[in-house]
Amino acid sequence: MENLIALLVAAPLLGAAVLLCGGRRLDAVGHWIGTAFAAASFVLGVVLFADMLGKSPEHRTLMQHLFSWIPVEGFQANVGFQLDQLSMTFVLLITGVGSLIHVYSIGYMEHDERRRRFFGYLNLFLAAMLLLVVADNYLLLYVGWEGVGLASYLLIGFWQHKPSAATAAKKAFLVNRVGDMGLSIAIMLMFTTFGTFAFGPVLQSTGDAGEGKLTAIGLMLLLAACGKSAQVPLQSWLGDAMEGPTPVSALIHAATMVTAGVYLIVRSGDIFNAAPDAQLAVTVVGAVTLLFGAIVGCAKDDIKKALAGSTMSQIGYMVLAAGLGPIGYAFAIMHLVTHGFFKAGLFLGAGSVMHGMNDEVDMRKYGGLRKYMPITFVTFGLGYLAIIGFPGLSGFFSKDKIIEAAFAKGGAEGWILGGAALLGAAITAFYMTRVMLMTFFGEKRWQPDEHGNEPHPHESPKVMTIPMIVLAVGSVFAGAFFGIGERFVKWLEPVTGFEHGHPPVSALTVTLSTVAVMVVGVGFAYAQYGRRPVPVVAPRGSLLTRAARRDLLQDDFNHVVLVRGGEHLTRSLVYVDHTLVDGVVNGTAATMGGLSGRLRKLQNGFARSYAVSMFGGAAVLIAATLLMRAV
Amino acid sequence: MSAPAVHSLWTMAADPIEKIQAPKIEYGQLSPTLIVIGAAILGVLIEAFVPRRSRYYVQVFVAIVALAASFAAVVGLAAGGYGTTKAGIAAMGAIAVDGPALFLQGTILLAGLLGVFTFAERRLDPAAHGKRVDSFAAQAASVPGSDSEKAAVKAGFTTTEVFPLLLFAIGGMLIFPAANDLLTLFIALEVFSLPLYLLCAVARRKRLISQEAAVKYFLLGAFASAFTLFGIALLYGYAGSVSYATIAQVVDGTVQNVSPALAGTMGNDALLLVGGAMVVMGLLFKVGAVPFHMWTPDVYQGAPTPVTGFMAAATKVAAFGALLRLLYVVLPGLRWDWRPVMWAVAIVTMLGGAIVAITQTDIKRLLAYSSIAHAGFILAGVIATSPDGVSSVLFYLGAYSFVTIGAFAVVTLVRDAGGEATHLSKWAGLGRRSPLVAAVFAVFLLAFAGIPLTSGFAGKFAVFKAAAESGAGAIVVIGVISSAIAAFFYIRVIVLMFFSQPRPEGPTVAVPSPLTMTAIGVGVAVTLVLGVAPQYFLDLAGQAGVFVR
Repeated sequence: MENLIALLVAAPLLGAAVLLCGGRRLDAVGHWIGTAFAAASFVLGVVLFADMLGKSPEHRTLMQHLFSWIPVEGFQANVGFQLDQLSMTFVLLITGVGSLIHVYSIGYMEHDERRRRFFGYLNLFLAAMLLLVVADNYLLLYVGWEGVGLASYLLIGFWQHKPSAATAAKKAFLVNRVGDMGLSIAIMLMFTTFGTFAFGPVLQSTGDAGEGKLTAIGLMLLLAACGKSAQVPLQSWLGDAMEGPTPVSALIHAATMVTAGVYLIVRSGDIFNAAPDAQLAVTVVGAVTLLFGAIVGCAKDDIKKALAGSTMSQIGYMVLAAGLGPIGYAFAIMHLVTHGFFKAGLFLGAGSVMHGMNDEVDMRKYGGLRKYMPITFVTFGLGYLAIIGFPGLSGFFSKDKIIEAAFAKGGAEGWILGGAALLGAAITAFYMTRVMLMTFFGEKRWQPDEHGNEPHPHESPKVMTIPMIVLAVGSVFAGAFFGIGERFVKWLEPVTGFEHGHPPVSALTVTLSTVAVMVVGVGFAYAQYGRRPVPVVAPRGSLLTRAARRDLLQDDFNHVVLVRGGEHLTRSLVYVDHTLVDGVVNGTAATMGGLSGRLRKLQNGFARSYAVSMFGGAAVLIAATLLMRAV
Repeated sequence: MSAPAVHSLWTMAADPIEKIQAPKIEYGQLSPTLIVIGAAILGVLIEAFVPRRSRYYVQVFVAIVALAASFAAVVGLAAGGYGTTKAGIAAMGAIAVDGPALFLQGTILLAGLLGVFTFAERRLDPAAHGKRVDSFAAQAASVPGSDSEKAAVKAGFTTTEVFPLLLFAIGGMLIFPAANDLLTLFIALEVFSLPLYLLCAVARRKRLISQEAAVKYFLLGAFASAFTLFGIALLYGYAGSVSYATIAQVVDGTVQNVSPALAGTMGNDALLLVGGAMVVMGLLFKVGAVPFHMWTPDVYQGAPTPVTGFMAAATKVAAFGALLRLLYVVLPGLRWDWRPVMWAVAIVTMLGGAIVAITQTDIKRLLAYSSIAHAGFILAGVIATSPDGVSSVLFYLGAYSFVTIGAFAVVTLVRDAGGEATHLSKWAGLGRRSPLVAAVFAVFLLAFAGIPLTSGFAGKFAVFKAAAESGAGAIVVIGVISSAIAAFFYIRVIVLMFFSQPRPEGPTVAVPSPLTMTAIGVGVAVTLVLGVAPQYFLDLAGQAGVFVR
């Protein structure tokens, strides 16, 4: 069974190799090859899952040592896999949603002449992401971590002829580097603290390390998570990443890759459990981001950017839950999975709308689309109900648990975090209702473009709608399936541990308040966008709206503080480099050159001079030998 | 008169008459040398008796067969355990058959084989009067520019004597690192030096500069030999013997019977120190260590390039072998006297070679200074005085000789109307015209510079490691600095070849015959194999690293 894990990773990697090296002759079948390898990986995942279910919960972890990568005394870098319940959950999510999105892309990318390459990158992403979650040590995890970063970069910039896409890819890459530095520093700290970076030894020996060390490691891991999962303060790249093709936004920038930060925190739970300060920082980042993303999502007119704000916000919930410790880990992952379903479904729905609307993304130019694309409307609508936490659907079960756990943190912290989570739920309901109303309800607002092409909205082909339907089913039922009887919590408990939280008010009160604020949010949105026609040109809006449209001034902040500051630093470094470093280097070179020129003159071509030099040399040699004996 | 009667005239009458023991010669163990010397003598006979037209082919055939057979004999001896368990002294104590000797003999023979290939190359120069010609003068004795020279060229003569000369040189080189007494050492030195002086003088083109190089080499070589011989005399005075083993015993103070005739001088340390230094000096001259290096650039530049390549590789191997044996077998008791001096020589050699190379403008002179710097690096391994030091030097010599022959073989390919285009400015943009040749040369330059994945790195790493472990940290630091300086001029040539515009009147790259291609190909292959997977060969050198005493 263990050998299948390697195969699981190898299948999409092989697919990527075949597609990227295969050249044009595979153009006609490339998308099928890519989908087949993704599906094969999914089948392997299901086989492993079935095998795992057959074992008792304590013995479900599979370990496989593949080979020693860098065996040096005192430094053992191994390539090995660890498949436990946590990894398994991710494997199924990644390969399952991944396969669906491969299928969807067959239709979505049909007219793109670089479709084969697109599928190659998608397969590369799957391989890297799977490596990330099945690695049995932090160093190998880092390989996967960088691999998904690479795939993300390539796919955001897939339409590289558009300067905006190229810039967005670069931005994502650069911002992610900051987080990656955090991860590499964390791994180095682990090595100096524990002498290893394998999960088992590191996480079991947290008791031996000082809290200060653990806090430092925890904060560095948090920095890494912030970069990859678009959490404040490294959130700025996610909105721009929507420049990539929509299936990419669904798979990488909603369902899987951006949740890698949550995986990292939950996987390192033992470190955070022993470092309360780092844990507090995690909850603060989560709470701030869930509000930040939600506010940004309210003001965006670009459907994908609104959804991107939402993604940021929902991951904020997960990070918040992960920061709560054992009372929250399982719920973080549960929300991660349900979010994977409904957010991927929402993005695919958005893609379907764009597909029918000549790639228009401005929701102010939609309106009334429910008549034209009924399947998209229904699947998108179910995803919408799930994300706002409509009772009975997926988001209801997972988000409610997180809000409960936040209150259960206790004390003033509990009230603040719980309040933030509750407020976030209200805003979520507001912005998602806004998206829903602006897209599918109201009057049609689209017009012919400057070339006179008027969009003819139509339903997408089956190859696109079927994945959307499957995801919609997941959005509806997954939460109930996981939540009722604490099935999911029991599944994960052997890995992450679990404690029941005790909120200061009863769980029922929390649930009722969650539903109430959701209704209020929906009501506000309906009042603003349902009862009045939506203006085609955005109104000026309040100060907050304008700020939110600019992503709450994140780029302005980064520009003033980081870019300007960085430029000044660079300039001074260049000055030092030119004057001091180059001075020394060039000076040395000039000295050597001068010396060489002088010494060369000794080589005058006369045998007599050479003989004299030899004679002198021999004399010195003899004298020195005698001198050595004398002293 | 009967033989005993004659004998009695030569010895003291008081001594009882003894029968002369016929010297016991282990022909099997000496077969590598004997085959080569025999083939050289055969080559002389070929010059005398075989018609001129077919001499070239017969000579090349004989040389290749002899060297291959000799190499097979070396491998056979090594496989038979003569490098390790059965190592011993042959030929009445004159020649050692042990690991270092066999390893170095094997290296010299392979270098010699590649040397024959480059000597025999006849496709580079345009045919003269319908006859294909090689790198050697039509008739070496004719005055350059004279009518007799023109006549010789017109008649299509070539100097086929180079092949027996080469074989004699190789024969001497095979004995040199195996010599186990000072006289054998000296004779081997002369046996391989004299043919090399001649070979330097027989270039087909630029004959004056070739003859000048030969005369300089001969004069300075003779000067160095005089030092060596004087040193040998002093050592004899010190120990009463020229045998390495006996001298070592006297140094250690373990010798018992003192010859009455030498009682006055025996054990006088001044004789030992001065004599030892003078013999070492002669060897340092051969390896081209500063300050005995000044012949190197002039000779390397003037000699026919195939000769330069062979000489640069094989002489270094032989001379370092002899130096190692001298220092490890004869003078280990003096370690604390010679080590500091050799430190100094290694340092000035590394730095001197690297620094002066920076301003060179001729590729052959550049490679000459490079070889001086490399002599310094190898010296760093020599002075480690440890088994690791020996094996690292053996490995370095093996790696270096292939790089050197290959690099000089490439130099023969780049030509213009005046023959080889050795001025660096003419190499500008070579990478654009002949990417393959430039790439191959770049590989050799990177190996010289000691860049990882080439044999140069493995070799340099080995000698520096040995030096560092023996406590010579300062040498290693200076060695690394010298490497950095040296990397400058190697990389500069690469930059020149690949990143400069080709000049309109630039040289052309001649397409060689399979002979030179083989030499270059083997050079590249060995360079890369020793760079990527050096372990097997390091182990081989490690096994061969013990001198018999």
